[in-house]
Amino acid sequence: MTLIKERQPTGAEKRSARRGVAAGSFSPGQLMSSLPDALRKLDPRHQLRNPVMFVVWVGSVLVTMLAAVRPGVFAIGVAAWLWFTVLFANLAESVAEGRGRAQADTLRRTRKETVARRLTPGGDEERVPGAELRLGDHVVVEAGEVIPGDGDIVEGIATVDESAITGESAPVIRESGGDFSSVTGGTTVLSDRIIVKITSKPGESFVDRMIALVEGAQRRKTPNEIALTILLSTLTIIFLLTLIALQPMAGYSGQLQDVIVLVALLVCLIPTTIGALLSAIGIAGMDRLVQRNVLATSGRAVEAAGDVSTLLLDKTGTITFGNRQATELIPVGGVSLVQLGAAARLSSLADGTPEGRSIIELTVAEHHLPTAPEVERAAEFVPFSAQTRMSGIDIGADRRETCLQRDLLAGSSHQDSRAIRSVRKGAASAVAAWVRSHGGTVPAEVEGITGEVSRQGATPLVCAEVVAGRARMLGVIRLSDVVKPGMIERFGELRAMGIKTVMITGDNPLTARAIATQAGMDDFLAEATPEDKMALIRREQEGGRLVAMTGDGTNDAPALAQADVGMTMNTGTAAAKEAGNMVDLDSNPTKLIDVVQIGKQLLITRGALTTFSIANDLAKYFAIIPAMFAGIYPQLDRLNVMQLASPHSAILSAVIFNALIIIALIPLALRGVRYRPSSAVSLLRRNLLIYGIGGIITPFVGIFLIDLLVRLFPGI
Amino acid sequence: MSDTAAGLLQVALLLTVLIAVYKPLGDYMARMYTAKTHLRAERVIYRLVRVHPDVDQRWTTYAVGVLGLSAVSIVFLYLLQRLQSWLPLSLARGAVESGIAFNTAVSFVTNTNWQSYVPESVMGHLVQLAGLTVQNFVSAAVGMAVAVALIRGFVRSRTDRLGNFWVDLTRGVVRILLPLSVLGAIVLIIGGVTMSLRAGVAVTGLDGSSSTIALAPTASQEAIKELGTNGGGIFNANSAHPFENPNSWTNLFEIFLLLIIPVCLTRTFGRMVGNVRQGYVLIAVMGLIWTAMLSAVWWAETHPNGLATLAAGAAMEGKEVRFGIPSSVLFAISTTGTSTGAVNSMHDSYTGLGGGMSLLNMLFGEVAPGGVGTGLYGLLVIAVIAVFLAGLMVGRTPEYLGKKLGRREVTAAAISILAMPAVVLLGAGAALALPSTLDALNNSGAHGLSEVLYAYASAGNNNGSAFAGITVTSGFFQSTLAMAMAFGRFVPVLAVLCLAGSLAQQKPVPVTAGTLPTTGALFVTLVTATVILIAALTFFPALALGPFAEALA
Repeated sequence: MTLIKERQPTGAEKRSARRGVAAGSFSPGQLMSSLPDALRKLDPRHQLRNPVMFVVWVGSVLVTMLAAVRPGVFAIGVAAWLWFTVLFANLAESVAEGRGRAQADTLRRTRKETVARRLTPGGDEERVPGAELRLGDHVVVEAGEVIPGDGDIVEGIATVDESAITGESAPVIRESGGDFSSVTGGTTVLSDRIIVKITSKPGESFVDRMIALVEGAQRRKTPNEIALTILLSTLTIIFLLTLIALQPMAGYSGQLQDVIVLVALLVCLIPTTIGALLSAIGIAGMDRLVQRNVLATSGRAVEAAGDVSTLLLDKTGTITFGNRQATELIPVGGVSLVQLGAAARLSSLADGTPEGRSIIELTVAEHHLPTAPEVERAAEFVPFSAQTRMSGIDIGADRRETCLQRDLLAGSSHQDSRAIRSVRKGAASAVAAWVRSHGGTVPAEVEGITGEVSRQGATPLVCAEVVAGRARMLGVIRLSDVVKPGMIERFGELRAMGIKTVMITGDNPLTARAIATQAGMDDFLAEATPEDKMALIRREQEGGRLVAMTGDGTNDAPALAQADVGMTMNTGTAAAKEAGNMVDLDSNPTKLIDVVQIGKQLLITRGALTTFSIANDLAKYFAIIPAMFAGIYPQLDRLNVMQLASPHSAILSAVIFNALIIIALIPLALRGVRYRPSSAVSLLRRNLLIYGIGGIITPFVGIFLIDLLVRLFPGI
Repeated sequence: MSDTAAGLLQVALLLTVLIAVYKPLGDYMARMYTAKTHLRAERVIYRLVRVHPDVDQRWTTYAVGVLGLSAVSIVFLYLLQRLQSWLPLSLARGAVESGIAFNTAVSFVTNTNWQSYVPESVMGHLVQLAGLTVQNFVSAAVGMAVAVALIRGFVRSRTDRLGNFWVDLTRGVVRILLPLSVLGAIVLIIGGVTMSLRAGVAVTGLDGSSSTIALAPTASQEAIKELGTNGGGIFNANSAHPFENPNSWTNLFEIFLLLIIPVCLTRTFGRMVGNVRQGYVLIAVMGLIWTAMLSAVWWAETHPNGLATLAAGAAMEGKEVRFGIPSSVLFAISTTGTSTGAVNSMHDSYTGLGGGMSLLNMLFGEVAPGGVGTGLYGLLVIAVIAVFLAGLMVGRTPEYLGKKLGRREVTAAAISILAMPAVVLLGAGAALALPSTLDALNNSGAHGLSEVLYAYASAGNNNGSAFAGITVTSGFFQSTLAMAMAFGRFVPVLAVLCLAGSLAQQKPVPVTAGTLPTTGALFVTLVTATVILIAALTFFPALALGPFAEALA
């Protein structure tokens, strides 16, 4: 009878509980606004960074010169569409960057000029511009003031509005010492006064780095992107060779080919689609993280996330709700469940801890007892203390009898309303001692039940009462960690993706095992110290696995640095943020699972568009080869399966298709291909079908349709 | 029994025997390449060449061994031919002309065995035995050694050592090629293949004219010619010559010999990587392509157009009547699918489609099933490319057999794949740009283009079979074809050894449910499609102007 009141998930949890990876929005308007930037990128120095598109650029220049020498509808048409091809590729990159830039502008607004109140060594205050702060400076910030730079609180406690960074309007508490001492420049102190030690150099603050990241200014090619670029360059070289050899072969066969036609064929064959979209895919991957309020320090980290095969998740807050909750009442010695429920509720009325509240919630849900705040006036509360390890209530005989008290006493076996009643709940040994001190006995079954509850990984509390001098045990309250809803399914998905989940907890192994089993996790690390975590990560990495983890405390820093993907909570310390390679602004550790999916989606998008791009070539050959050579060998016109109108219309249609497909695929590149967690085989089968087979068929249809229009053009 | 039924029976028999030897021979080779102990004969060799057999080498040292041995072999073989007139057993055949000597030296060292000469009038017994036959063994063993080094790259981890080239080479010769070729030669002699050290027998024809029928130590050379996928015939007519290949049984046996090592090496691969199913995948890809190409050529040759061939019922021009269509196409596809290059029919005389298919079979990079060793590493390199793309599509940095495919691996695989198309396209392009080429060709038009393309495809893939119909004795052809053979051989060898080196350094990635499975039908389809796609995209225009234009006419 596990009964808990379902907690309403927060917005962030709702977002992360969504199964698939959500799509980013894309509007055609972004194309227009990115046009000026795309035009600027026609600069050959920019093109050189992308070998495939550089070849197209050189081809465009060549064909333009030829068209200038011998103008014609065909020559000008091909030249124009080759330039469009380059431009569309630039557009893809610009649109992707533009989305990041919008994000950066929002951040930049937070970096307004502040005046800092710096403490001089003598203890006086001086006013200096925020930009002049140096490492180690101490500044004073009071309610209503903006914190001038990143740092750690060395003195005081304050509520801070971090909405400028996180978008979360609820203020957070920051205090000196411990894991909640770091503050971010640009956030506002709402109450109290703190002294902050500055930990970042001017221009290198957290916000500055975030801006640089989302703008893509520091974007470097990731290892996988480099490997793919090498493969694409190889394909480009192969097609260049094919074209170089083709001219003498054509000459031998009877007719040298027009250079414009050769360039058109080359551009159609080299993998322009993926070449044009490759950097946009990478930027968009980072952007998808940003949309989830996660900032990655490098594209490499996003890519590594896709490869992660071991996920270390903190128990508290990630797998279970933050604290233990009462889940079951077990009466002993003939006490009814109702009696125990009433007593448990009474004993918890003054207990402000989450555990105490959960007992009340349980009894309310189960026994429909009123929360009855008036009772506070009718009784004397005994708060929990570390010495007594108990809390409870004393209902005195001298107090005026009220209806309410009758209610209270209804649960008691003694209907003598004049009797003094005391109820206690707490640790088993403490309550047993209390019962014995009042002359009562402790039934043997209590020990059996508490032992059993402990073995199952839960915490037993014991409830007892003294009524009219007679003490007796009432029963046991089971406090358990409650696994967040939906986690079992998510861990199942991760297992299907081949990812091992390890729960990290400070609990004893018994408790840890029980919860890990309940949540469906593969493994657990109990009584975890930072050293244990580090050792676990090293061990997994030795076995060739990539490890992802979350953390916030300074003592997590070494493990965060060692992990392949270390996601730091925004609430975490500066040291932890420095060590990890991602920061979650919502401080929601469950999001690590999303990050893994985004990493995978990024790689899949790359692979799918490469496959699509290469598969396209087949149709382009069938369009262009008959167009080139049917004049020499009329029988080759039989390869013209699309029945394209004329050689010129066929070649131009192929070039136009090649350019338009880039524009058509920009939304897909930005959004990423649809990804649902499943096994490698089913993913591959699906993507091969869509992007492989689809990539073969699409251009046949596309070129055929474009030709229907192009043939209408006079002079083609 | 109809021709077709007989042919199908032959194919069935061939496959049955291959399946029967697949496991034992594959496992035997795996044991030989992983054995710790050395035979006494091997120890003698190691002492003679001053090699310490138990010291493993880095990929660079391994590569230096391959290149060094090959360079020395080329020089030795060249000198042997040039000095033939002063050496014994020359059969009074003089020094070999320098162009031929150079081309032949490169050809036999690269396992190509392209022959731009008429053996029975140019090469004496000494050159044949001490030069060419030795290279038939050595060049084959080199290919196998490189393949084994690549397998070790997958198997080993966190090491920069790939094994000892000299040990792999010696074992390949001593433990695999020698015993098998002795057995093969005995079977061939029983089957009727000649074996003689006499120059020939003089005969007087019916018209009173006298001539000499050349003889040679054929059977011994024949066995290794097929077994080592060499293909250099001791007679000009190669396996169409009745002394080399007298009847259907020897024909089938020779096809068996040339397929056996490349086929069984996939088992060796599976054994050594510890998962025989990985080997089944490769043999399935090889088998699929081989079967498809065989069917296509078979169909083409039995459905020719043209009046004369229609009257004959099939395209019998250039084929031996004692073999007929099935035995000829079976040999043709097996010889172009391996890097053998032996022929029992004139590929030049095949139909447009049939000839085009045997050309395409080489342009696939010779992976169905490929030359000894070269077929295995060639297909593995293509599998690396396939895994790279497919691996991305399952959302992980691609990995094959527990090794990640990153920048270095993709670069090495790309260079390996790039070499062959480069030499074939540039060579054929340059040849066709030369006006003199038109004079060297027997045919003009599309068929002429096929002849040139075939010559460079054969050289670039180290096949060695000739489409014929083209005179390749000019300085241009001799030198460019020799270069095509050298680049087509050694660039991939270097790239593959580099790939092996970088794979061996990695620590293995454990297999999870998220790992792309590299066994099973889906992966077979994927690798097959990659083989076909790479060749089709690279050579579509050239094939359109050659075989397609001819076949569609």
